[in-house]
Amino acid sequence: MQAALGRIADRIRAAAGGEGLRLRGGGTKDFYGGPLAGEVLDLREYAGVVTYEPTELVITARCGTPLAELEAVLAARQQMIPFEPPHFGAGATLGGCVAAGLAGPRRAANGLYYGSVRDYVLGCSLMDGRGEALRFGGQVMKNVAGYDVSRLAAGSMGTLGVILEVSLKVLPLPVARATLRFAMDEPGAIARLNEWGGRPMPISASAWQAGELAVRLEGAQAAVDACCAKLGGTRVDEGEAARYWQGLREQADPFFAAPGALWRVSVPPTSAPLALDGRQLIEWGGALRWWKTDAVAGDVRASAKAVGGHATLFRGGDRASGVFTPLDPVLARLHRNVKAVFDPAGVFNRGRLYPEW
Amino acid sequence: MGAEESILHHTESRVDPARQRAVAEALRAFMPAHAVLYREEETRPFECDGLSAYRQRPMVVALPETEEQVVRVLRTCHSMGVPVVPRGAGTGLSGGALPLAEGVLLGMAKFNRILSVDAHARTARVQPGVRNAAISEAAAAHKLYYAPDPSSQIACSIGGNIAENSGGLHCLKYGLTVHNVLRVRGYTVEGDAVEFGSEALDAPGYDLLALSIGSEGMLAVTVEATVKLVPRPEVARVIMASFAQVETAGNAVADMIAAGIIPAGLEMMDRPATRAVEEFVHAGYDLDAAAILLCESDGTPEEVEEEIGRMKAVLSRSGATQLRVSESEAQRLKFWAGRKAAFPAVGRISPDYYCMDGTIPKKRLGEMLGFIAEMEKKYGLRCPNVFHAGDGNLHPLILYDANDPGQLHRTEEFAAEVLEKCVEVGGTITGEHGVGIEKINQMCVQFGAKEIEVFLALKRAFDPGGLLNPGKNIPTLHRCAEYGRMHVRGGKLPFADLPRF
Ligand SMILES: Cc1cc2nc3c(=O)[nH]c(=O)nc-3n(C[C@H](O)[C@H](O)[C@H](O)COP(=O)(O)OP(=O)(O)OC[C@H]3O[C@@H](n4cnc5c(N)ncnc54)[C@H](O)[C@@H]3O)c2cc1C
Repeated sequence: MQAALGRIADRIRAAAGGEGLRLRGGGTKDFYGGPLAGEVLDLREYAGVVTYEPTELVITARCGTPLAELEAVLAARQQMIPFEPPHFGAGATLGGCVAAGLAGPRRAANGLYYGSVRDYVLGCSLMDGRGEALRFGGQVMKNVAGYDVSRLAAGSMGTLGVILEVSLKVLPLPVARATLRFAMDEPGAIARLNEWGGRPMPISASAWQAGELAVRLEGAQAAVDACCAKLGGTRVDEGEAARYWQGLREQADPFFAAPGALWRVSVPPTSAPLALDGRQLIEWGGALRWWKTDAVAGDVRASAKAVGGHATLFRGGDRASGVFTPLDPVLARLHRNVKAVFDPAGVFNRGRLYPEW
Repeated sequence: MGAEESILHHTESRVDPARQRAVAEALRAFMPAHAVLYREEETRPFECDGLSAYRQRPMVVALPETEEQVVRVLRTCHSMGVPVVPRGAGTGLSGGALPLAEGVLLGMAKFNRILSVDAHARTARVQPGVRNAAISEAAAAHKLYYAPDPSSQIACSIGGNIAENSGGLHCLKYGLTVHNVLRVRGYTVEGDAVEFGSEALDAPGYDLLALSIGSEGMLAVTVEATVKLVPRPEVARVIMASFAQVETAGNAVADMIAAGIIPAGLEMMDRPATRAVEEFVHAGYDLDAAAILLCESDGTPEEVEEEIGRMKAVLSRSGATQLRVSESEAQRLKFWAGRKAAFPAVGRISPDYYCMDGTIPKKRLGEMLGFIAEMEKKYGLRCPNVFHAGDGNLHPLILYDANDPGQLHRTEEFAAEVLEKCVEVGGTITGEHGVGIEKINQMCVQFGAKEIEVFLALKRAFDPGGLLNPGKNIPTLHRCAEYGRMHVRGGKLPFADLPRF
């Protein structure tokens, strides 16, 4: 692995002054973010689980480790990556998962399983734009020494450096699960989900589309049983339920196949229905609204902004006006400064996060 | 180690009277006289935080009441080149809010309003000076609460919690401050408005919210935050488990996790700690046990019943000699009251105590306890232990008498050895109290020169002039060279190219 590390460093040093490098794991998220630019730096050879201690609830692995392999290693010990990262293809790697910062259906769970990618990142090592390997955070749950660079790396779209190695907090698999379905309109679903979120119920995922709300419960057997009794609805067969949640996580659900650009609209969970034309799927207790729409970017962004949220052009559409919501001037300055700390020459993933850098 | 570098002994620097007058006058141009303090008797109360061995009177204390005043204090100080040190409730244990002799102490205590509680969205908008416990009190009517519960929660402010990424007794299950704050609004040192995070579950661009949480007030001044509220569990019960050996108690912690159980709280105290506590609060602890574990389950009544059963089985198998389960909410609170009062209780049995905060992998708990016992002998000082056992966060409390210079020196050496041992076993020098000024030397042991350079550059990215709480958290490389004990990776000595003095 030392040799692989050396090759990565050599590529980075050689890239200074050139067209830059495009960091790539399995390439399953090539569609996400700004246009692809630079020579591909394939990171798949830097792979493997470094340490896994089930009783510490921590796994450390190299960036090229396939996500599927990592999940299998954990499942063998009845543990899991809590945030259900989407793979978007067979080759998804840990590095790409952390760099993209995307979480799946369990993101807005009530209680123990709550949290996004960064919430479970405990430490990482990064290779910066000078080819220096740096280590931040660690392998323990609580660590406030220095600034929290490892969480900053989550969702940085590979613009800060090569995420070489990551330590993730993991959790035991839930003992029991159940999925319930309800016929409900959009305002009703938003109201119910927020109401239930304020009660001690083991809700671990939710999805509303086309007049139907699905809710997944996960936790102790007694808690799941009691909640099923309390909520009513129609209990969904476990096999079908598993396929449904998997379909949402991987965007294989028929909703995503409909024509039109796919927008990811992230809003406060209680926000009233957005007035856009198209089809909609709501996740995360109301906080994530997927839109299949031909609306112009300005309109989608404005309706997100009006309720205190933001919109990302996730797939397709006219990408000329950028993919992510533009930053205000002060935040834009801070972003450029932070980028310059790690990658002053702009070697990594140019334009992938924001067009200017 | 020179006097200035010492952890527990600090020499105060003098304030320049002419400069002091000029700065106070500039601030009084837009703030009432009672909000700008500079006389010795007025600034004395601000001379230290919870790390009282370090004392320094600030040049001027500014106590703004409005956001506009905060901005103008920042802009004025920035234009005059005066450093600013933010302060919340001053309960910090690492000297994060230690004033500077040439600086303005920016007290945020008057920002003490809860702006709104949105029960439906399960959030609260608060000003930074709001006490941690006050948020849960305000949310209680909706059966909601703010989860991170530091033992200092009746006094510490949410602004301080954000700056330190504070933890609590229940963060094993419910997370730290970073997992429970959605949005922070504030100002850069230049007085530019910034907002990190949002009331949605994410925000565009880099996660500057995560970066700013735990940044010890060095990147921006917080003026408002939105925190997440979570439903109050219907019931909670705690098991008090006794162990004949501390190592057995340590192993029981790992056994619990291995059994797939994440307790709502999992705390450990050794006998010297339970003895001190019992005299003070009569929590009902088993004083014959070498160590006790407090293990909590919360949720629905059915869930708790089921989980308490599983927990008891694990604890018995792991060698617990006695198990007591709280039979009422009053008893549960009493069990916790003892744990929460551990620091003040220890404060009563010794003229002074020094609290450490390292975190280690749980599997090294037994080894670490053995090491601490050895250090007690080596330095001739007692050291009761209180642990957030579930996440491996240790609070060994070294008892000493500050009036005895020999003891003071031995305490410092003792503490340094324990922190460095934490790094050696794969842990960290601070789990929740922060680096501040206190553990700044140990940062050189935990990190290499390159990481420290990145930290310093990140500081400059937000504060090019180095005027917001300078000198805390991140050591200069010269300081590391001077300290002499360094992070060694791959056999190479870092800072090899720096001059040594
Ligand atoms: C008895 C006792 C028990 C404790 N128990 C725990 C515990 O269980 N868990 C735990 O994590 N900690 C604990 N602490 C430590 C302390 O209470 C926490 O670190 C707390 O978060 C500090 O809050 P404060 O308001 O007192 O902040 P201060 O001490 O005033 O300041 C702390 C830091 O925050 C910065 N700051 C404050 N307000 C702002 C603002 N508005 N904007 C920017 N920066 C700001 C300061 O500059 C400083 O760096 C304990 C302390 C004591 C004395």
